[in-house]
Amino acid sequence: MANGPPRDSARTTGLLLGGLILGMVVLGGVALTIYARGRWWLPPLASAHGEAIDRLFYATLAVTGVVFVGVHVLLALFVMRYAAAGEGRALYWPDHRRLELTYTIVPAVALAIMVALSGVVWARVRLTAPPADSLDVDVRAEQFAWLVRYPGPDGRFGRTDPRRIDHRTNPMGLDPSDPAAADDIVSRDLHAVVGRPVRVRLRSTGVIHSLFIPAFRVKQDAVPGVTLETWFTPTREGEFEIACAELCGLGHYAMRSKVIVQSQQAFDAWLGEQKPSLGSGQ
Amino acid sequence: MPHGGAQMRDRHGRPIGPGARVRSGEDLGTVGRLEPEYGTLTIIVEGRTGKSEKMVRASAVEVIEEAPPPQAHPATHEHELGFVQRYIFSQDHKIIGIQYLFTSLLMAAVGGVLAMLIRMQLGWPGTKWGLAAALFPGGFAGGQMKPDFYLAVVTMHGTIMIFFVLTTILSGGFGNFLIPLQIGARDMAFPWLNMMSYWLLVPAVIVLLASFFVSGGAAGGGWTAYPPLSAIPAAAPGSGLGQTLWLIALAILIVALLFGSLNYITTVLQLRTRGMSMMRLPLTIWGLFVTAILMLLSFPVLFAAAIMLLFDRLAGTSFFVPSGVWVGGRVLEHAGGNPLLWQHLFWFLGHPEVYVLILPAMGMVSDIMSAHGRKPIFGYHFMVGSIVAIGLLSFLVWGHHMYTSGMHPLVAMGFMTTTLAIAVPSAVKTFNWLATLWRARIHFTAAMLFAIGFVSLFVTGGLTGVFLAQPPVDIYMQDTFFVVAHFHFVMASASLFGVFAGIYHWFPKMFGRMMHEGLGKIHFWLSFVGIYATFFPMHFLGFAGAPRRYYAVSPFEFLRDLQPLNVFVSLAAFGLGAAQLLFAANFVYSLFRGRRAERNPWRATTLEWEAPSPPPHGNWGETLPVVHRWAYDYSVPGVVEDYLPQTAAAPVPAGTSGGGGDSA
Amino acid sequence: MLASDWGGGRSPFGVGWPKLMMWLFLIQDTLTFAGLLTGYGVIRLSLGRWPVQGEVFNLYLVGFMTFILICSSATMAVAVAAARRGEGATVIRFLLLTVLGGLAFLGMQAYEWTHVIGEGARLFTNPWGVPLFSASFFIITGFHGAHVSAGVIYLLITARRWARGRIQPESVEIAGLYWHFVDLVWVFIFTLLYLL
Ligand code: HEA
Ligand code: HEA
Ligand code: CUA
Ligand SMILES: [Cu+2]
Repeated sequence: MANGPPRDSARTTGLLLGGLILGMVVLGGVALTIYARGRWWLPPLASAHGEAIDRLFYATLAVTGVVFVGVHVLLALFVMRYAAAGEGRALYWPDHRRLELTYTIVPAVALAIMVALSGVVWARVRLTAPPADSLDVDVRAEQFAWLVRYPGPDGRFGRTDPRRIDHRTNPMGLDPSDPAAADDIVSRDLHAVVGRPVRVRLRSTGVIHSLFIPAFRVKQDAVPGVTLETWFTPTREGEFEIACAELCGLGHYAMRSKVIVQSQQAFDAWLGEQKPSLGSGQ
Repeated sequence: MPHGGAQMRDRHGRPIGPGARVRSGEDLGTVGRLEPEYGTLTIIVEGRTGKSEKMVRASAVEVIEEAPPPQAHPATHEHELGFVQRYIFSQDHKIIGIQYLFTSLLMAAVGGVLAMLIRMQLGWPGTKWGLAAALFPGGFAGGQMKPDFYLAVVTMHGTIMIFFVLTTILSGGFGNFLIPLQIGARDMAFPWLNMMSYWLLVPAVIVLLASFFVSGGAAGGGWTAYPPLSAIPAAAPGSGLGQTLWLIALAILIVALLFGSLNYITTVLQLRTRGMSMMRLPLTIWGLFVTAILMLLSFPVLFAAAIMLLFDRLAGTSFFVPSGVWVGGRVLEHAGGNPLLWQHLFWFLGHPEVYVLILPAMGMVSDIMSAHGRKPIFGYHFMVGSIVAIGLLSFLVWGHHMYTSGMHPLVAMGFMTTTLAIAVPSAVKTFNWLATLWRARIHFTAAMLFAIGFVSLFVTGGLTGVFLAQPPVDIYMQDTFFVVAHFHFVMASASLFGVFAGIYHWFPKMFGRMMHEGLGKIHFWLSFVGIYATFFPMHFLGFAGAPRRYYAVSPFEFLRDLQPLNVFVSLAAFGLGAAQLLFAANFVYSLFRGRRAERNPWRATTLEWEAPSPPPHGNWGETLPVVHRWAYDYSVPGVVEDYLPQTAAAPVPAGTSGGGGDSA
Repeated sequence: MLASDWGGGRSPFGVGWPKLMMWLFLIQDTLTFAGLLTGYGVIRLSLGRWPVQGEVFNLYLVGFMTFILICSSATMAVAVAAARRGEGATVIRFLLLTVLGGLAFLGMQAYEWTHVIGEGARLFTNPWGVPLFSASFFIITGFHGAHVSAGVIYLLITARRWARGRIQPESVEIAGLYWHFVDLVWVFIFTLLYLL
């Protein structure tokens, strides 16, 4: 460098940068991840298919973690070692086909394996139909609340019509002219039975929302105009929060509801207490 | 085919010399520059409004008066143009590039302020902010930020940073400035269109910023503007006039960028100087060239979508709004549309767009690393190949933004495959950079520090992309802060570092002065630490399930424990923002007071360093430079100097068959 | 290397930059139309029902419009060939014929629009049921019509500049590229919007 800094300062800068990469990026990153593992992490799992998802997540974390550490260690070593100090020249080394092919093919193989693994998981969670004994619920998103409907004793969901929505008397917009609608039960929370698959028919009245149940590793957009399905099997009793994960307006951050997972008896008792939505005034 | 050096002849076959007076149609002018290679000449026409320049074909003019003796007319003639034509409505690619640069930096400051507002709210929700409330009276109620203002701030932050900072600074700023200089041309192919491109950016910026002041405030539907939210004015305060202006601003910007890309592609293909074969182009040019192609192919689709959305909003059509939509207590008239159509059209642009933001940065970083490491870039051919591969693949992955939208699971698998395939060329690039650093002689200039920082940040951000690419994992991560962390690492960190590296590196060429190195280094240390401190913890917010675009996380029990993390991120972000003030100060100071730059302060090989700093109008003297080698002949064994400019004719010593020798 | 087409110092395709740029512009424009037509296609397929175009439009008129436009492509081709041979007057004559074709097309399109509007069609509603039917009709044919209008102006300017000897045959050729493109797009629109 004609007017560059003195040479020993280059060495110092190199050591500093390398040290920063090793200390802050590598050690700091790994340490923070380990610390976060105990505090800011995936919420405890509560659904059956979530297990495969979590395993895939940890596998990805391991692979990317190794690459992350490896690349940064090399980067740190190189900047520490090859600062412009003393005499001598850089190596004139424009290419090396074999080396380049190696690091084209090795990641390609790693990624192909990853595609295969996650393809299998994906097929398991998304390409399988829910079992016949699933609990059917109809979940409808609106600005800014979730509404859950059970078909009632007749096992059939009645027709709905947005024109009939009335927040006090008929929040779901049930159509009284359809007999199947008469016994439909509407709730603000999703009640489910532990160990029994839940099949959700997901709809939206106005804008796009997204049904997000973190503990179940479930997320599905609710798109107006279509009914989308998703299903999951709760594995633990308890209450699990539902959030909205697609920007839907002012109240997006507060579009909260919960899943209440109960034993079959408790669930039956709860369901027995519910009055049909039509005519209940609530 | 005989080429170059040919005598230029007019319509009647008479020779034209420099300084000849010619008639082209009605205009009478003096020949300013001859470009025998292209058969074009630039004539200076004196009109009522002063002097202006025109580029014409030799065979369309006729000579009226022979040329005076050569020494009477210098090759450059910037003194002949008025101030307005030189600096405001300039057709000179360098001035246009600098105009783009300044505008983008100003927008970066706006976007940065918005980022600070985001972090204020997320760090301390519900706090009363006296000063900010005084500055944005409409956005605060009783000193507290309102949710609609928060959404408008996030939307505008994203829109400004992506479209009006990074796109414009990389393609518009560096693209305009560097393309002609690095390929040895005098200007872009169509300078007038180039000028129009910049002067369309200006109204786009004005319309966008104006939307803050309309009723309902600026657009609040996110930078992705998903309908129906963005299509129905009643759906949210930010979906009123603000959203319309947002769409109009974007449409104008798209036209501006398309004008730009037409020029960049044509110029790179047509105006390379002699000897500058495609495989001798610096990687910066490769990055910008492929980027221009991506823009040309993806932006029109967004343009069409924006038109349809505008019609949905203004004329009552329903391309994106289905029947029976119930908003604000009533059912709307709309019928028959499909909200997912927008998502497909948007991401067909949106994904190539994110590579528009990284490819030029990758190219610049490669060149900077090579120049300041005094070592040839490693694996030039693979570098070019991976840029092209990333460009091609980027059109096949858009669906990875839509895994949870209800697409068929098999389609999602296809998109996963193509998305993970992009990691392969990215890996090649990463390892090539590492190999370039191995046994280099690294000069830790500010530019080099930022280039090294780029590699670190790109890897960190790229690896989180590998999580998101897998649908089963993305189901959990989609629309959480993990995604925010991902794209701030690749885009707001890596691309931004690429931009900083580029500014420190090319500032001397742009303005003829050096930036202050010491301040530049402090800027780097603070930014590097600040960026990791700001964005790394966001991964854990995402792991914990914190959704993005949330005004506050307090309504949810499972997110309560995240507040300390949010406070930490906010503090780090303020530090990061403050560090940028240092950059702004350095930039402005160096503009006026910086040490005068030599022609080639970094002793770099590429063509722009052969021109004076700053290069005159027309860039080169009487003749265009001729290229004899690739752009990376650093530390060639057996050569005294540790670099050989691309114009150096001496042969490459035997035994070092460089990636770009004449045999390539 | 120095002598190869891609070696720098010359155009690799052997064309001037204006022509290359027109090609690139046309690619870009193709994608804009593709975006609009894809939107139309998706909407129509997802709706499942659609008015019978034959009952709404006078397909004879539209067919004739298409014919006129194709003829204007032919006259344009003659103008380009004449420009290459340097037959000044022929160029002007056929450019003006092309302009005439374009104007006739625009006139008939205006007539068609007035007719459809007279029947009660608006951008957001129409008497044939599906509102998006008229929306896509007006937007797509309108966008194309704007291209034809721009083309007519472009051809007039070209003719004038040719008459004054200010341009090369290549410029006429470039104008021709644009005009053929606009015709070609119309063929697609005709097929997708009116026939299918
Ligand atoms: C500069 C911009 C940029 C870049 C370069 C990238 C690069 C990548 N992105 Fe990113 N992305 C964005 C900007 C960018 N992204 C933005 C803005 C969004 C959000 C938009 C929004 O919703 O608002 C987004 C969102 C986004 C999503 C959707 C998330 C969601 O909403 O649910 C996905 C999913 O697949 C994804 C994937 C990837 C992948 C796989 C890469 C790859 O290209 C990365 C490849 C790089 C590496 C992998 C690192 C280097 C490689 C190695 C060292 C080799 C070895 C590695 C292995 C063997 C694992 N990105
Ligand atoms: C290039 C892109 C870019 C950049 C640089 C940034 C920079 C920053 N961003 Fe942002 N961000 C986005 C793109 C970007 N962002 C996008 C696309 C979104 C999504 C929007 C959406 O959801 O729709 C988003 C969303 C987003 C969120 C999520 C909000 C939410 O979902 O609720 C947050 C939260 O912390 C955030 C924070 C920050 C911070 C702290 C910075 C800091 O790095 C800022 C530091 C300050 C600067 C970098 C300013 C630099 C200034 C100069 C260089 C000027 C010098 C001036 C002169 C010489 C005159 N950003
Ligand atoms: Cu509902 Cu977000
Ligand atoms: Cu993407």
